[in-house]
Amino acid sequence: MRAQGPPEDRGPAGFVERGRGYDPPVMPAPRNEMTAPVRGGELVPLRPRAAAEPIADPRRSDVDEWGRSERLRALARALYGPVYRNWFRAEWEGLEKIPTEGGALIIANHAAALPSDAPVIMHGIEEELGRPVYGLAEHLFKAVPLVGTLWSRGGGVAAHPENAYRLLREQQQLVLVFPEGAKGPGKTYGERYRLRRFGRGGFVEIAMRAGVPIVPIAVIGAEESMPIAMKLPAISKLLRLPYFPITYNQLVFGPLGGLIYFPAKFRLRVLDPVRFDVPPDQERYSKSRIMDEAEAIRVQLQDTLHDMLRKRRSVWFG
Amino acid sequence: MGIGTFWGGRVAQALERDPDVEMIVGLGVEEPTVALERTEYVRADQSYSILARIVRATQVDTVVHTFLVVDSTRMTGRQLHEINVIGTMNLLAAASAADSPVRTLVVKSSGLVYGSTYRDPVWWREEMKRTQPPKTRVERSLLEVEGYLRDFADDNPHVCVSLLRFANVLGTDIETPITTALQLPLAPSVLGFDPLVQFVHEDDVVRSIEWVMRNQIPGVFNVAGDGKLPWSEVAAIAGKRQFPLSPILTGLAAAPLGMLRLVDLPPELLDLLRYGRGIDNRRLKATGFTYTYTSAGAVESFAEASRLRRTVGETRPAYRWERDVENFFSHSPAVVRES
Repeated sequence: MRAQGPPEDRGPAGFVERGRGYDPPVMPAPRNEMTAPVRGGELVPLRPRAAAEPIADPRRSDVDEWGRSERLRALARALYGPVYRNWFRAEWEGLEKIPTEGGALIIANHAAALPSDAPVIMHGIEEELGRPVYGLAEHLFKAVPLVGTLWSRGGGVAAHPENAYRLLREQQQLVLVFPEGAKGPGKTYGERYRLRRFGRGGFVEIAMRAGVPIVPIAVIGAEESMPIAMKLPAISKLLRLPYFPITYNQLVFGPLGGLIYFPAKFRLRVLDPVRFDVPPDQERYSKSRIMDEAEAIRVQLQDTLHDMLRKRRSVWFG
Repeated sequence: MGIGTFWGGRVAQALERDPDVEMIVGLGVEEPTVALERTEYVRADQSYSILARIVRATQVDTVVHTFLVVDSTRMTGRQLHEINVIGTMNLLAAASAADSPVRTLVVKSSGLVYGSTYRDPVWWREEMKRTQPPKTRVERSLLEVEGYLRDFADDNPHVCVSLLRFANVLGTDIETPITTALQLPLAPSVLGFDPLVQFVHEDDVVRSIEWVMRNQIPGVFNVAGDGKLPWSEVAAIAGKRQFPLSPILTGLAAAPLGMLRLVDLPPELLDLLRYGRGIDNRRLKATGFTYTYTSAGAVESFAEASRLRRTVGETRPAYRWERDVENFFSHSPAVVRES
């Protein structure tokens, strides 16, 4: 609903109606000799601060600022392990290309009505490398009771450029993102392994700004684990979902069995990390450069997928 | 100094201790709720229309604006608009008059200006824009106020304008829907949601206002204790079990609590109990300010204080402001003053 103040008082501030913005106003940059503006108006003290005594922080749970709980994540890994090993039988190539320290933006092709690739990638990297992976995803999850909470405790973070920047630049974490967005899993079976548009290249811009490499991963198997037979646009519109699928899983296992994945064999190939020779923390990066880089990564990922599919003898046995 | 409300009283108390502060004038709709030594108190109408006269007459150089209402359960939307928007307009008009002596203006706003939705980033920095239009009257009025303030800062570059946006405040002396909720036998929550929330201790509120005022630090600053914690953990620290409200039609589910006079949960708080909010406090810290409580620390301190109060009652005698008595102490030659 559009917010409207009483008309007589909506005065010159008027951000109620100014463009897209319902913005809290930004005041002129502080002009104080104690502080000097750096990136985006952040301040740094000119004189070093006396080391303050740490103050008591009586935390009881291990939930971090992103909502992730390592304990819950470990439980999820323990429960998911058998699925990963025995159902999807995931096999990695080039796992050593994922940095063992420092931030990196991991990207992959996205598939299956309920995406099965994100848990496989996160589980695989966390088990093998012992590093946490934060999965950036559609914030729609967050609005669903219970699902949103579990998703966030299990390492899911709402896809917001600011969140990605903090995780990558300031905390040097591994971040997983699917540049296709919801268009990836929304493909029907006939469109499998055809990469969609990589958004507006936002992932490249984030990596440039954060000064971290992009590590692309090509995944096969996810497409066949829960393929979409058809989509019902009328229902998705009604429910305000990106898509509302009828999956082959529902056709085979019945409407309630639609949550069971087909045991497709997962193969994942890590490509060489892509680094950009641009300085981090810039206000803006060349749009054409961003689009070119994004397209280059997309083409490379698509070629890799074709290559892997050429070598795949069976959907179920790899 | 222009001062009103509980926060005004607390800030005035802090300033009274400083001999360099010559004079403190308090301005409020209601009588002060804290004991003040040498603050002159003036009772004003809701829209603070006498402000211009006071500013001219007393030649104040610093105005601390703490009367913005951020708790919408205290009054009707109309009144809230009157106080927040019209009151601020009068204040800014008085401060920007041609011969105005005002050189410092500190305004207490709220993290409510960022809203609380599922699209939000995990941390808000001061220059970020909210992701959804404001839904509630209190959020709209705060945004309007901040807009006027921005214009004021643009038009009056000689005035040091500081705008502080506070996270939810916890303290024994202040009553907000959150403090009320945390004193119920069961802490209300929304079923299936466990948002990350952030608090600031009331002492840090007063200290931060004093800090930006004394050091003349202009700009917008978030003020919140370090860290965020899930609501379930807040309940655990407070020693409460949760009382989950229905995730659909939550407003309707929360209404009986208000009718039973247990706790009035306004829509902006129900949003917070769903999606939480985190405001990045690093900009203020970079100016040298140090907090005395983290978010979890504020919860614990609050929980301990309310346990004590439950057991032994008020630890401090309740203060009632009486004009004649205060006038006597302030002005009578019979009172012995030091210095």
